[in-house]
Amino acid sequence: MSATDTPKRSMRTPLGRVRNLGAAHSGTSDFWRQRLTGVAMTLLMIPVLVIIMMLLGRNQAGAKQILGSLPVAIIMVLFIIASAWHMKIGMQVVIEDYVHNEKLKLTAIILNNFFSIAVALASIYAILQLSSGV
Amino acid sequence: MVEFALPKNSKITGGKTWPKPAGATELREFKVYRWNPDDGKNPSVDTYYVDTNDCGPMVLDGLIWIKNHIDPSLTFRRSCREGVCGSCAMNIDGQNTLACTRSMHDVKDGAVKINPLPHQPVVKDLVPDLTNFYAQYASVEPWLKTTSPTPQKEWRQSHEDREKLDGLYECILCACCSTSCPSYWWNSERYLGPAALLQANRWVSDSRDEATGERLDNLEDPFRLYRCHTIMNCAKACPKGLNPAEAIAELKLKMVERQI
Repeated sequence: MSATDTPKRSMRTPLGRVRNLGAAHSGTSDFWRQRLTGVAMTLLMIPVLVIIMMLLGRNQAGAKQILGSLPVAIIMVLFIIASAWHMKIGMQVVIEDYVHNEKLKLTAIILNNFFSIAVALASIYAILQLSSGV
Repeated sequence: MVEFALPKNSKITGGKTWPKPAGATELREFKVYRWNPDDGKNPSVDTYYVDTNDCGPMVLDGLIWIKNHIDPSLTFRRSCREGVCGSCAMNIDGQNTLACTRSMHDVKDGAVKINPLPHQPVVKDLVPDLTNFYAQYASVEPWLKTTSPTPQKEWRQSHEDREKLDGLYECILCACCSTSCPSYWWNSERYLGPAALLQANRWVSDSRDEATGERLDNLEDPFRLYRCHTIMNCAKACPKGLNPAEAIAELKLKMVERQI
């Protein structure tokens, strides 16, 4: 990019532009939670795969029999929470990286939050339904 | 959105091929990015032939030879010619490095291709505008900050604490790392980049400094620090063999440590 291509700059000093609105004093929680959910998913991956393989080819009554067990239902729900949370943080990072239009970014982040919560709740509801056999 | 294509007036066009020097027995082809802010033309890549029997072995020697013998208008920064000042950082054969420490013989396969550091505004030819980069360095306040009364002699530091600065203090601010980082390309207005963060960690790790918490406060931001996605281009590019990615990981560790 040549110097003349840069958008018209304000007369603010370079240091003023870098300091801008200051540090948000956040980001560490998301960083930590992303790793925490990553570790949780790694640990839960094998039991979840085993449960899914056990569910293959079974009818609803068979599914209820397996998912009706408390440890199995807990493992599935924990996996859903960890993966939905991980997905939400990961997608937000991608949006922040690549979407530079502030309005579009804000909209995308809102939709990302709604989508992740909806997917998590729908999945948990499905597990509870199946485990209670309704 | 992120722009993956160059703006219209930055698209590179075919450049001039300069005549081979008369009487030279061993030639090396150099393909060099040229852009002049005054002629209103798009950037181009000029081809030069360097008499390797008449100049030193480094890429910088070749550039100086071109400037002295072929084209005095070729513009680039250089000073110490021994990897200490960081002035001659440029992209050589696809890798950000110092022209003075990269041998032209290490560049395999044909021409030595030279471009300015990526994704920075160009002042002219191989000279990037590093104003934002230097302002980011200034924003980490790279000096000792203390509130205790200044001792009569020096601020004392144990050998062990001094060793913690190894791998950090050697940075020469050449900008090879920051300009090799895709995260910095996309968000250089808000992400401080590997060089400034390595320097920030240099002061956070200094046992004599009394503003550690304040420094971390200043860095704790989804963009200033957490745009680092451990891509590791910085560590690969650093001509001094430093590891800015590791320094950033240490900063993140300290952030977690003070919170958990």
